Amino acid sequence: MTKEYKTIVEISGPLIFVEKTEPVGFNELVEIRTGDEIKRGQVLDTSDEIVVVQVFEGTGGLSKASAVKFTGDVIKMPLSPGIIGRVLSGSGRPRDGGPPIVPEVERDIIGAAINPASREKPRAFIQTGISTIDGTNTLVRGQKLPIFSGSGLPHNDVALQIARQAKTLEGAESFAVVFCAMGITNEEAQHFMADFERTGALERAVIFLNLADDPAVERILTPRLGLTTAEYLAFDLDMHVLIIYTDMTNYCESLRQMGAAREEVPGRRGYPGYMYTDLAIQYERAGIIRGKKGSITQFPILTMPGDDITHPIPDLSGYITEGQLIVSRELHRKGIYPPIDIRPSLSRLMNSGIGAGHTREDHRAVSDQLYAYYAEGCDLRGLAAIVGKEALSERDKLILEFADLFERRFVNQGRDEDRTIFETLQIGWDLLANLPEAMLTRVDDKYIQKYHPKHAGSAKKE
Amino acid sequence: MEVGKVKRVAGPVVQAVGLKASMYDLVLVGEEGLMSEVIGISGNKHVIQVYEDTSGVKPGEPVKETGAPLVAQLGPGILTSIYDGIQRPLTILAEKSGDFISRGLFVDGIDHKKKWEFKPIVKKGDVVKPGQAIGEVQEQLLIKHKIMVPPRMKGGAIKEIYSGNFNVDETVAVLEDGTKITMVQKWPVRQARPVTRKMPPTIPLRTGQRVIDGFFSLAKGGTAAIPGGFGTGKTVMQQTLSKWADVDAVIYVGCGERGNEMADLLHEFPELVDPRTNRPLMERSIVYANTSNMPVAAREASIYTGMTTAEYYRDMGYDCMMTADSTSRWAEAMRELASRLEEMPGEEGYPAYLGARLADFYERAGRAEVLNGGFGSVSVVGAVSPPGGDFTEPVTQNTLRMVKVFWALDSRLTQRRHFPSINWLDSYSLYDKDLEPWFTENVNADWNKNKKRAMAILQENAELEEIVMLVGSDALPEDQQMTLEVARMIINFWLAQSAFHPVDASCPYKKQFDLLQSILAYRDYSFEALKKGIPVDIIKNTPSKDALAKIRLVEDYEPDLKRVMAQMDSEFKAMK
Repeated sequence: MTKEYKTIVEISGPLIFVEKTEPVGFNELVEIRTGDEIKRGQVLDTSDEIVVVQVFEGTGGLSKASAVKFTGDVIKMPLSPGIIGRVLSGSGRPRDGGPPIVPEVERDIIGAAINPASREKPRAFIQTGISTIDGTNTLVRGQKLPIFSGSGLPHNDVALQIARQAKTLEGAESFAVVFCAMGITNEEAQHFMADFERTGALERAVIFLNLADDPAVERILTPRLGLTTAEYLAFDLDMHVLIIYTDMTNYCESLRQMGAAREEVPGRRGYPGYMYTDLAIQYERAGIIRGKKGSITQFPILTMPGDDITHPIPDLSGYITEGQLIVSRELHRKGIYPPIDIRPSLSRLMNSGIGAGHTREDHRAVSDQLYAYYAEGCDLRGLAAIVGKEALSERDKLILEFADLFERRFVNQGRDEDRTIFETLQIGWDLLANLPEAMLTRVDDKYIQKYHPKHAGSAKKE
Repeated sequence: MEVGKVKRVAGPVVQAVGLKASMYDLVLVGEEGLMSEVIGISGNKHVIQVYEDTSGVKPGEPVKETGAPLVAQLGPGILTSIYDGIQRPLTILAEKSGDFISRGLFVDGIDHKKKWEFKPIVKKGDVVKPGQAIGEVQEQLLIKHKIMVPPRMKGGAIKEIYSGNFNVDETVAVLEDGTKITMVQKWPVRQARPVTRKMPPTIPLRTGQRVIDGFFSLAKGGTAAIPGGFGTGKTVMQQTLSKWADVDAVIYVGCGERGNEMADLLHEFPELVDPRTNRPLMERSIVYANTSNMPVAAREASIYTGMTTAEYYRDMGYDCMMTADSTSRWAEAMRELASRLEEMPGEEGYPAYLGARLADFYERAGRAEVLNGGFGSVSVVGAVSPPGGDFTEPVTQNTLRMVKVFWALDSRLTQRRHFPSINWLDSYSLYDKDLEPWFTENVNADWNKNKKRAMAILQENAELEEIVMLVGSDALPEDQQMTLEVARMIINFWLAQSAFHPVDASCPYKKQFDLLQSILAYRDYSFEALKKGIPVDIIKNTPSKDALAKIRLVEDYEPDLKRVMAQMDSEFKAMK
């Protein structure tokens, strides 16, 4: 198995074709040596005659004289508790000048599927300190909630703020962040790194960096390495892991590039037909396993090409993830941060994480009521633009005003402002208090009595 | 059995030589014996799709034949089970391989050790036909599992028949020609099980949902599609149906779905109680959970495995409902495998046979006279997830060509928190005509007339609303303002239904009819009043109208309704 072959017959883009080998296993790890440099790859297609290998670190510098070694094993990630605090490359090599990771265990990076019967239902509320998330699109532990954004929008700031502030109401628990950068610019990476250092988050983080000028194929590896690490931290070391990966669009571009190199039949917009399954394999590695203490919560970030939510990348993602947070260009232009548009945003697991015993009993009602009038207010803006504000009825004017206030006070907050869920709900109530009580049709009378600012001075701080 | 050799491995598709296996035969690939299926034969090569991850499989590894296609094991013990796409019980997989599913595990679909009490219903000397029941097992409190002569057996006179406790492999009867009958049947999942004849769809499948039963009803043995982009409430809709449909068995196929959502279902389903029988809902359910990250070939098979079990219970004379969530994921599995096989793609990369496969699947639904005599049915509700909400894409289009009922889920309704979020203008049911006689006979002679009237009002409402958007409602003539009001009542008092309210969650036919009838009565009163020149604002403010809104939440509603209608009558009489 340790035999070296010098039988490369073709090098094409990220692929090399090797012939006259012993039987080689599918997905096997391959080492390609040119002089002293060793690159790694993976078997994509194997037969008696020819073996196709994708090279993660790029085929630059390879020639027919390069020696190919099949390791007889699939790609594994070396793991030990010492990995926390490390910065690694997109293919898992140290990037911080530190020593290689001395593995305690090595894990197959193609994670097996969690048996649905072994999953625990996610229901622990995570407070991110951001009102549009906590109040109206609540995140729970074990959820995968992507941020759909566009180029030039502050999605990275939102992700960083979440990474900084996320906590549960129970307080101190073992917590770690895994950050996977795929094809982001050096500048963006530095922004992330500086923030991690500033806040001390680096000490409890594992960082994988594949930058824009690193080989595109390597990006296919990055989330897999990150998730394998996350699974180790969560299910071996009992930690609650938040994994952020940015940008999934670059990852999908790499998939497409690989597909084209392999001359595969393309699916929609040239993306491979298996992209749904491939994305599912990444996204589905979130969750909680019954009887285990840790959990994996995912925050993938993807920029929608041309802000088009029907583009295959956001579309397929939306079908797998449990909701989405939409970063809106319109709100961003108005100078509102975080510019999360709650109308198309959704958290599918919200219901299991809110209410009495999780956040507060009136949470659902307040959220629904805010949603309803904000949505109506936004619709009315269109009407007001046609017929003029004066032509609107009194009720409509109130709602229009509510929508503006909602954006300014509820949505808008500081980059370091960490609101508790009770503060968020209080802002919600303060806004609703501007409307006549009879208009609060979605809120039960008993909550109005208890929490409405007019009635309840006592319930302000819980 | 021949043993071949792996020639080439590329993802879930393997080529092998030296096999004699037929198309769709099950073969075991590699040293680990991964479950696989032959999907193509060319020259001396067999093309095989593997149901499990193929990492590490090498050329030269053995491929063993099993001599049979992929089968479902059918016998007592299927109900309450939770399977993956190839009928491996997930709880047993978890016991064997831990929290993550590992490869090369073989698990029987039903427990072969468990003893069941077999009660014969034929006696020695009786001549039995294929498909005929020879005995019964009390599988669940409310479901008797009929043990039938397998449809492909010849049948004949019974030589021996036993009674008592047996496991599924033990012989319970012997025929004259020496054929032994056990309680387990193995049936190839890709083949429809035979019936005597298919019946026309003349009986409605009651779901307790007013918008469905009243407007877009599904027949027993019918097919329906629920298309909708993500976040339109498909999954909730399917779960509501599983809960309230008046069928004997529900087969839920989670095909390429979310793991956390399946976890939710698997946790909640066993706790749900069948509202009609007060027994756990799980006792009449079978769940196939093949999440999106489980092997794609098994996802492709899951639809067939589910259908085969549904047909098996149909053959016992039961009404079954199969819900597939989602058929788009299934079609994508087909596309993925087709592209691995380097087949020439049709529209949007889907294989050219997409339409044919969907047709084959939906054609297996139906109400039928079964071989055992009597009738059974398989109704199919398939969710479709069109990418980007685009209904012109091939899966939605091919599905719509096959199914007779279309429940168009509408995200605008979801955002307004109107549930069930079925759009009443875009949806349709082609069973309308077939079911009319049943409703006339069993509910009320006016059922169909009322339905048409209500639909006409909603149609007019939609047109009027466009005008209102431009000029405001005050500018409309009074009769049109009234129509808007009546439409609003139909929408809010009748079409909207709370899945969480103990009474409103399910609505019997009679109540559905009475509620609609009373709204239409209000319409007649108000138009009468308009004719007399009474201003529309006065009519709109009748207290009885608001009282009508609460009737749907009352269990024993008839006295209340009577009172409200009497009040309405006197209020209108008093108007001047």
